[in-house]
Amino acid sequence: MNYHWNFASVFENWPALLIGVEGTLRLFVVCLLIGMSLGLVVGLGRRSKSKPVKWLSTAFVEFFRNTPVLVQILWFYYALPILTGLEISPFMAAILGISLNSAAYSAEIFRGGIQSIEPGQWEAATAIGMSRLQTLRRIVLPQAIRRVIPALTNRGVEIFKMSTLASVVAYVELLQQGKLIASLNFNPLEVYTVIGAIFLLILYPIVRLTYALERRLARSD
Amino acid sequence: MTDPILQLRGLEKSFGDMQVFKNVDLDVAPGDRIAILGASGSGKSTLLRCINVLETPDAGDIRVGGKPVGAVGSNGRVRYSERELCALRQRVGMVFQQFNLFPHMTVKQNVTEGLRTVKGIASAKADERALKELSRVGLADKAETYPSRLSGGQKQRVAIARALAMDPEILLFDEPTSALDPALVGEVLSVIEQLANEGRTMLLVTHEIGFAYHMATKIVFLAEGGIYEMGTPDAVLKNPQKPLTQAFLAEHQRFHF
Repeated sequence: MNYHWNFASVFENWPALLIGVEGTLRLFVVCLLIGMSLGLVVGLGRRSKSKPVKWLSTAFVEFFRNTPVLVQILWFYYALPILTGLEISPFMAAILGISLNSAAYSAEIFRGGIQSIEPGQWEAATAIGMSRLQTLRRIVLPQAIRRVIPALTNRGVEIFKMSTLASVVAYVELLQQGKLIASLNFNPLEVYTVIGAIFLLILYPIVRLTYALERRLARSD
Repeated sequence: MTDPILQLRGLEKSFGDMQVFKNVDLDVAPGDRIAILGASGSGKSTLLRCINVLETPDAGDIRVGGKPVGAVGSNGRVRYSERELCALRQRVGMVFQQFNLFPHMTVKQNVTEGLRTVKGIASAKADERALKELSRVGLADKAETYPSRLSGGQKQRVAIARALAMDPEILLFDEPTSALDPALVGEVLSVIEQLANEGRTMLLVTHEIGFAYHMATKIVFLAEGGIYEMGTPDAVLKNPQKPLTQAFLAEHQRFHF
């Protein structure tokens, strides 16, 4: 194989890549926040005593878990404006698709975590006069969240990588910028190699941070 | 005779088709120490758990300080509001067989949790109170330790301190030594004995019949879905009148020497 790698043609376009990194990070942070917090709400909803709340939460999970994110993004971008008359930007379509899908998955993670807490914990808190909400907030959730951090980390990593799907509606993120550079410079090999490496370089330190968080929270073991 | 602080009237509980007990009437006066005995499955723990409504009774009244807890709903069953139950549970403390300490909190935080969250006491005052209760059970030096580092006996003593901190009028002990190594039973029983000597009102489900004999003012023996025999420790344990009580005690004394 005598391919001559020419990374210079990629790095010359570093301002474009930087814009891509910024777009990716922005999408990641927004989707992470919405996905996780909505996931917690839906996860709690699945354990609700109210039948309609339980049913709605379950329907939400099953709907968004069993449809592809790519289809959701395209649907929000092309179909939703026609149905509602609302203007949907590529950023908004990507946020909707990725956040709702992630919320469905993290809802199941939170639900599992809460269910794994021994009934004795609820009882002990109840027996000293704590309300259901106080028990959830002070006793059950802190323990449940600690148990599901590895699964939530997975979800976070997945969200970060799913951000590339936003390129399908031309949202400006890393992959979209890569495609642009590759089409102008005819260097897809180098471009996609660099794009992959940038993902690894950003994600790995973040994952290491979650390990540190796990260790910190394990101090009571 | 002082007025009872707790009265059970016609209390009834089933799990599915299985009736645990019915027609349970019991008066608890201040300073009473009632030991609840019975074969396993006779509903001892369930009865105790109905008193603070960890289990919801199917029928009957719980009266605290003369006032019934809960209100009869449209379907004829008693309904309990969360607010009312939180108030009840502050007056009736409970200690569990499995301790149920909060593992993510230090020993001190376990004790201050109710003070701060339920009673809204400021953290400095709550800490002070927690240390007082921890000294009472001999564990002030473990205040900053996490429960995972404690022995079973120590955990149970922390659980007792946690219940005491809420200033309950009645203490419920649900087999407090059954999950402990035999060597650790004594330290927990000593703490309970000390509380008995202070004149606290308590109900105790236990298999430690000797302890029940020495510490209780009244023995309640559960069998056949209700209170089968009840009386002073001398009457029920030394001179039981009814066959199931006699058989139960004989079984328990089989290996005494």
